[in-house]
Amino acid sequence: MDHILVAKNVTKSYGNYTALSNISLQIPKNCIYGLLGPNGAGKTSFIRIINQITHQDSGEIFLNGEPLAPKHIASIGYLPEERGLYKSMKVGEQALYLAQLKGMSKSEAKTRLKYWFDRLNIGDWWDKKIQELSKGMAQKIQFIVTVLHEPKLLIFDEPFSGFDPINANIIKDEILQLKENGTSIIFSTHRMESVEELCEYIALIHKSEKILDGKLSDIKKAYKNNIFNVGVQLESDAETLLKTLKEKFNILSSDIDAVEHQLNFKVQLPSSQTGEILTVLSKTTNINRFEETIPSANDIFIQTVNSKDNGK
Amino acid sequence: MASKLGLIIKREYLAKVRNRSFIVMTILSPLLIVGMIVLIAYLAKINDDETRVVSVLNESAFFLDELKPSKSISYVHFDDLTLQQAKDSTNSLEYYGLLYIPNQPSVEKAANSSFLFTKDNPNTSITKELEGVFQKKLRQDRLRKLGVSPEQFSSVEKPFEINLSTFEGEKSIKGVNEIKAFIGGGFGYAIMMFIIIYGGFVMRSVIEEKTSRIIEVIISSVEPFQLMLGKIIGNSLAGITQFSIWIVSASALMFVAVLIFGIDLSSLSGESAIPAGPMGGMSQLGAMDSEMMLYAKEIYDIPWGLLIVSFFIYFILGYLIYSSIYAAIGAAVDNETDTQQFIFPIILPLMLAIYVGFFSVFSNPHGPIAVGFSLFPLTSPIVMLMRLPGGIGEGGVPLWQFITSVLLLIITFFGIVSLAAKIYRTGILMYGKKPTYKELIKWLRY
Repeated sequence: MDHILVAKNVTKSYGNYTALSNISLQIPKNCIYGLLGPNGAGKTSFIRIINQITHQDSGEIFLNGEPLAPKHIASIGYLPEERGLYKSMKVGEQALYLAQLKGMSKSEAKTRLKYWFDRLNIGDWWDKKIQELSKGMAQKIQFIVTVLHEPKLLIFDEPFSGFDPINANIIKDEILQLKENGTSIIFSTHRMESVEELCEYIALIHKSEKILDGKLSDIKKAYKNNIFNVGVQLESDAETLLKTLKEKFNILSSDIDAVEHQLNFKVQLPSSQTGEILTVLSKTTNINRFEETIPSANDIFIQTVNSKDNGK
Repeated sequence: MASKLGLIIKREYLAKVRNRSFIVMTILSPLLIVGMIVLIAYLAKINDDETRVVSVLNESAFFLDELKPSKSISYVHFDDLTLQQAKDSTNSLEYYGLLYIPNQPSVEKAANSSFLFTKDNPNTSITKELEGVFQKKLRQDRLRKLGVSPEQFSSVEKPFEINLSTFEGEKSIKGVNEIKAFIGGGFGYAIMMFIIIYGGFVMRSVIEEKTSRIIEVIISSVEPFQLMLGKIIGNSLAGITQFSIWIVSASALMFVAVLIFGIDLSSLSGESAIPAGPMGGMSQLGAMDSEMMLYAKEIYDIPWGLLIVSFFIYFILGYLIYSSIYAAIGAAVDNETDTQQFIFPIILPLMLAIYVGFFSVFSNPHGPIAVGFSLFPLTSPIVMLMRLPGGIGEGGVPLWQFITSVLLLIITFFGIVSLAAKIYRTGILMYGKKPTYKELIKWLRY
């Protein structure tokens, strides 16, 4: 597979504090790659190294097969978590300045800015100062400035913080569109809902170490533990039914919903037993619900981090 | 790379000169400065003009001729009044005070039992003058007892001034060293003010980038060092713009003020806040006597070319050193209130340079203290400039000292800028930490 970014044994420490130890990652082209981890895990340190804001103590990084060098700055777009704009500068002037710092010519930057301002419906903000805009509005400008120079690799660090749900959705769609157009995207966050929606690949960093990485669907399969959520129509005697079930199967939890006349329970089933329980249930009652629980990214995150912590 | 630096310089410059408070300061400062000078000159003039009236009740046979009216005191003599009556009259006539000399057989006794009555504590210049009168009379009286006649006495009292000459035989004049040091001091002072004001600009601009959180966006596009350098250069260009406007408009205003108020600026001598240019006194050429001519010649003889060239050398190097320290401080803190503990150690050498300059270079431009401070890189931009009006070489600053001081300054420049850049690149990404000196030293090793 073709990779936009490959990191080999990257290590970084500040004095006695280790921010990254031996991180190796392969980030495929044209996908959204989730870089996950609790606060202080080392995500930002890693991203800063990719952006050449700081440099690794050891290890190598390749962008598109070439060792990372200052010329690559123009092919990376970075939206930091700690972000902002010059408050007393005008929107248009500021966007032009930042675009030129990324190596664009003034006229080119102007054309593309016009396109993006129209696209996000903010054409009339050009001469406003940032301090006159709301936080969400400023975030839109920030987003445009990040993607304006059409980088091959985009890095978003907590991109949705500061957006209201409507604008967050607009930005999410834009990110997906960028991916469609062939951009590779690194998406760093500790908010798992957005990971499920966007990421194809993830890597989990915890306490400076990579503890998990791969395709999200593969990881989920690996973390599957054969737990099913079942809901059945309640006949007169719930207790008896529950008792028979408990004798045969590993019921994890159960509750009786008297209003809906329904019995809900969680059961762990080795694959050989799925047919058996269905037979038992279908004989006695109506099955309303029968589904396998697939662990959410959030579950995997918490589970892995906890087991790592307890293991130590 | 170079074009990015250009972009940064341009942005910093425009951000500064468009700033409202910067514009207001640029316009108002010359008005304030000229206003202050005019006010001081006006007050000084009023003060000089006031003559105080002292009434005299002299019951003795002495001091009949000595109490002559002077610039600051005029006398009204009371006769045939009692002391109480004299006091009442003095009070009701609103005179400044009453001098009472009782009837005594000798000058000595009369003087010792005399009193000056005033409403409040008397002005020292008045008491000084009166004491002078008594002193002179007493000395004359004591000498007379030793057989010295008043004529002999007055010939002894004649003031004396030593004749001055250089080794080349030109007639030299007093105060030239002071004038030269003062002109050099003016340049040094300008450097200090520039560093403090515009170094502060650099610092605030760094803090602004930190607090507005734009810094990480910027340094993902440019090197932190480039940003720091661009900031320093951009702000100093804004500073030079402001300084130029100040000098031009203050001179113009001053000219107008002199025309309108007819204020004699020469009476201000050392109090002028603007470094006195060499042309300041030239407009009065017509009224100059030969001594003035000599002063003018001395001022003309100051190596202006050398002074201006070295002003730029010391100014650029000194400003770069100090403003990169300011940038590092700005990077280390989160807000301006945290900067105090770091600012003081920077201002200290600057203040020291000014004081050492005025106290040591004035009296002895080539003494060990003056030499030491003009070599030490953190003070040399100011102190060396105070020594330079004497020229380089014979009678002035030895060439080796000049070269050593510039070399030391250049070496220090590279050292300090690289240290400051290290603190800067670490500091700009640190939030919420109140830095200590220990912390800063740690950053140098990252």
